Amino acid sequence: MNEKNNTLLIYTLLYFGFLYVPVLFLPIFSFNDANYMSFPLAGFTTEHYEEMWSKRNLHKALWASIKVGVVASVISTIIALFAAKAFARYKFRGEKISYGGIMMPFLIPEIILAVAILIIWVNLGFKLGLVPVTIGHTLFCTPFAMLILIARIEGFDFSLEEASRDLGENAWGTFFRVSFPLYLPGIVAALLLSFIISFDEFILAFFLTGSDATLPMYMWGQMRFVQKLPHVLALGAVIIVFTTFIVLLAFWLRNVGQGKLKKDIAMKL
Amino acid sequence: MNNSFIQINNISKHFADVKAVDDVSFEIKEGEFFSLLGPSGCGKTTLLRLLAGFEYPTSGNLLIDGTDITALPPDKRPTNMVFQNYAIFPHLNVEKNIQFGLRKLGLSNDEIGKRVKEVLSLVKLEGYEERFSNQLSGGQRQRVALARALVRQPKVLLLDEPLGALDKKLRDEMQLELRTLQKNIGITFVFVTHDQQEAISMSDRVAVMNNGKIQQLSAPNELYKNPKNIFVSDFIGETNFLKAETKSSDGEFINVSIEKLGEFKIKNNLNIATNSSDVVCSVRPESMMISKVKSDWDICLDAKISQTSYLGEMTRFYVEAKGINKIITVSSQHFDNQSFENNECFISISLEDICLLNKK
Repeated sequence: MNEKNNTLLIYTLLYFGFLYVPVLFLPIFSFNDANYMSFPLAGFTTEHYEEMWSKRNLHKALWASIKVGVVASVISTIIALFAAKAFARYKFRGEKISYGGIMMPFLIPEIILAVAILIIWVNLGFKLGLVPVTIGHTLFCTPFAMLILIARIEGFDFSLEEASRDLGENAWGTFFRVSFPLYLPGIVAALLLSFIISFDEFILAFFLTGSDATLPMYMWGQMRFVQKLPHVLALGAVIIVFTTFIVLLAFWLRNVGQGKLKKDIAMKL
Repeated sequence: MNNSFIQINNISKHFADVKAVDDVSFEIKEGEFFSLLGPSGCGKTTLLRLLAGFEYPTSGNLLIDGTDITALPPDKRPTNMVFQNYAIFPHLNVEKNIQFGLRKLGLSNDEIGKRVKEVLSLVKLEGYEERFSNQLSGGQRQRVALARALVRQPKVLLLDEPLGALDKKLRDEMQLELRTLQKNIGITFVFVTHDQQEAISMSDRVAVMNNGKIQQLSAPNELYKNPKNIFVSDFIGETNFLKAETKSSDGEFINVSIEKLGEFKIKNNLNIATNSSDVVCSVRPESMMISKVKSDWDICLDAKISQTSYLGEMTRFYVEAKGINKIITVSSQHFDNQSFENNECFISISLEDICLLNKK
């Protein structure tokens, strides 16, 4: 019994080690006073972080990523909300096929999606840039957002909406006064996760950005020059912290209302 | 008093090929406590939802107080509903829940405040304004749902099994309270339940439903004493069915041969055909008498007790009576399971307590 537990413990430690140790090198070397990623460490410095402030291209790429992320996450969450409501609430003809249709970008290799959008976009005579990236990201984020929202809406008591109609509210009033506030934690979780997915995305951006680099594109571009490596490490470290925070927040929000946290929130609202 | 306050005219509702409500017509009086009673799947809830506007009929029309509401959405109807699970908005406190339906009525803030206060005192929930649904007991939630619907002063209050989730004691209390409340405010109540005891004890009139059709619509005592068919007789209260055959008739009475007991003259209230074997006699357990000695009632049978169940206020005896080849149930307030030696007893039936019914 004890032995078995130890085996499992070792397995677990190995698993998490494999997962996180490489990632930990990023922050470690980002504080290292050298241009090369090698041991022994040369000394502590925050110089690489300071360097980030002076890179105009980095700022431009960050701004591009934020723009793309915000637009893509908002559009995909809106689409996902309508779809999730339909799937969770109603039975209709073509339900399975539309569900599969929306989930498809989740399963198609990203590179194929990227190439497909690229070909169509260019053949239509449009210029590459942030617009096709945003479209690609919207497609790509919608299934994630929808899964989160379906989980939220499936537990929803639809008699609440009927009660609202019964009490004199029309369909819009019901949505804004009842459904929306109750779906809200799920909506925010979907927005945050979609944003993070878009923010980290590389392949679609690689094919579709043209000259307007997003942040991952910028990082990739910098990797070719050894002397520029350290501030990319610093940037990577910042992104890890930021992403982890957002994802945790999203998961916490997703679970609100599905456990005992519901009570706390309800009391605060 | 308007006798046809709610008019239900040839209403049918089909879901795919299921006839949930099948060409139903009746009227509900103003100020009446009206119940729709039936087993699950009989169409009672569908009928209530048709009245509320959550479903639209396949055919037929609905009128409330002279206005055709058939095509109106729920928010335009003069009805309000108390939901089975109460559907209290979890993100709003009790006060906000009750105010929810007042916003569209164009009332002043003073009027809103006054109405909320009044309705809270009506349902005895003063002091609970700030609470949320999860801080209330089942009974309190039910009161909030009631207050939220009543505060809009609807012409008709629809109640969908509102007592189903409460424990027995609370349910009995709420039955009385609902009944009193309804008499005091005078609003027409349409109450859906599968609990026959609940329907009989609260309602002015009851419509018993099965398979999407009204089986009988009468006052509770009529339902119990003069059921129109075998379904109603079986569904309301308990009864014993005895095999029977009709013979000749002389108008008001009909000759009926019951099992092996012989031929008897029984009142033919339902105009049952002569010389038919598609009939059955129903006798209520409490209308029969169980005794230690022979009686001079119309029918008196030797019997043997095979089971008893003691219920406190009465005892139920399951007996095998001579000439009847099934166990019949008799209840008595006088005797209990200790009363009979060797389980031997007599069962007596009076002819006026026998109810003759068609099998179909």
